[in-house]
Amino acid sequence: MAAIFDDSFVLYALAAGIALALVVGPLGSVVVWRRMAYFGDTLAHAALLGVALAVAADQLPMAGVSIIGVLIAVVLFWLEKQRDLSTDTLLGILSHSALALGLIVLSVIQSQGFNINLMSYLFGDLLAVDQSDLVLMYGSVVVILLVFSQILSPLISMSVNEELARVDGVSVEKIRFVFMILLALVIAIALKVVGILLITALLIIPAATARLFSKSPKQMVLMSVLMAIVAVVLGLYSSLNWDFPTGPAIVVASSLLFFLSRIFSRV
Amino acid sequence: MPTQHQKSASNTDPENKVLLAADNVAYVVHGKTILTDISLQLHSKEIITLIGPNGAGKTSLIRILLGLSHETSGTVVRGDDLRIGYVPQRVDVPKVMPIRVYDFLNVTGQHDIERCEQMLEEVSCAYLLYSPMQDISGGEMQRVLLARALLKKPQLLVLDEPASGMDIIGQQALYNTIRHIRDKHDCGILMVSHDLHLVMASTDRVICLNSHICCTGHPDDVSEHPEYLKLFGDAVEGLALYSHHHDHEHDLSGNIVESEHCHSCEHHQDNK
Repeated sequence: MAAIFDDSFVLYALAAGIALALVVGPLGSVVVWRRMAYFGDTLAHAALLGVALAVAADQLPMAGVSIIGVLIAVVLFWLEKQRDLSTDTLLGILSHSALALGLIVLSVIQSQGFNINLMSYLFGDLLAVDQSDLVLMYGSVVVILLVFSQILSPLISMSVNEELARVDGVSVEKIRFVFMILLALVIAIALKVVGILLITALLIIPAATARLFSKSPKQMVLMSVLMAIVAVVLGLYSSLNWDFPTGPAIVVASSLLFFLSRIFSRV
Repeated sequence: MPTQHQKSASNTDPENKVLLAADNVAYVVHGKTILTDISLQLHSKEIITLIGPNGAGKTSLIRILLGLSHETSGTVVRGDDLRIGYVPQRVDVPKVMPIRVYDFLNVTGQHDIERCEQMLEEVSCAYLLYSPMQDISGGEMQRVLLARALLKKPQLLVLDEPASGMDIIGQQALYNTIRHIRDKHDCGILMVSHDLHLVMASTDRVICLNSHICCTGHPDDVSEHPEYLKLFGDAVEGLALYSHHHDHEHDLSGNIVESEHCHSCEHHQDNK
């Protein structure tokens, strides 16, 4: 088996993993501050619908996931304005409706003879990343980080206290919406790396680990990128060495970092 | 009647310009009238204190003036590019956010560390510069919030019960700081308070609110106003005894003197 792993495969996988680490760190920090883990989960569940539709339309899965993610953000934003149901209820509705719809579309297109490798979308397929994937990923990373750097200050301000931010002239709704869109794009990047089921883990765990080592919000953003990169490298290494599935290996590596840092920082 | 309120709430000093004016504002939530017939003007260099019993709509009024809530009817006019510094009752910073006082003050990235430290010094809290926001006490939090508001160079400073939860000494110190800020920063100040006596000493004008403006005027006049006594009579007496103001009891015990600063108004609804 080892002979199959051409150097370029490993390098591509590593490059893709690092692309993801560069965005899950910053956005994951905000997800943790603003308790948006369930929103991340909802986007991830909806991603299956995006993949199924994209395959049916003969388009890139990443594009399908982005579009459905943005659509979910728009619908959630609209529902939240009506204020009679709490956000977690709305997310529960959106998350499972999208997942159920995704499963139906999936079964329809499979019955029509489309061949779709469900496992690779559920758990990622990092070792199958090719050059064109990388171009798309790094393109998205650049866009996400550019926009994110523009809205980081208002995001920090809003995470501390929304009303203070509002009085200071932050258009809270607009920033929140832009952030949701960025998150939808991150999910699309994560699809190939860790798969739909484990995307939220990479948003939450590196950021939660970084909390322990950070004194300021910006420090936490940088530390969580570092934590995510370490997790990607360790995960990929163990995956190549012991033939573990790559996506789960990255997530487990990142949890190990989390627990080890908790244990040793208490000493 | 609204016109009457407006007359009573206006300031005659021509040097102090109007920062913010509310005209005939009403606020109704789910069919319940929270505020009605509110007309008032806030001027620069003036300290106004908003008092009223629980549920009088003090916080609602502040939120409307700040633009955080929208009035159901009437108008609120803010001066062009009015810079407002807001000090809320409390800010609970999520534990999951690592954030020091310095990061909190400089969240926009516009202020350097010297300026943040200087502003903290002004509220006697320079030692907090690098403390995590979650570790500071309630009184320190109020001062940090005040420093943050001042960094904006506000023309109007709005404080919602700034001294809540402090002891008498702490309150007195805070009100002294606030007076000092008015003199130094030339801003108008609007604050909400329960602490009647301490507030009265450091304020230019009191607005007594109970859904509508019951009375308004100079603290000395308001404290003798029948509407004020009706709302706070018992509490004032208790507080007066407690803070050893025995010799002033006769002022508060019912000798009601109408004054030109203070207009009574008709009630539009029953006070509880």
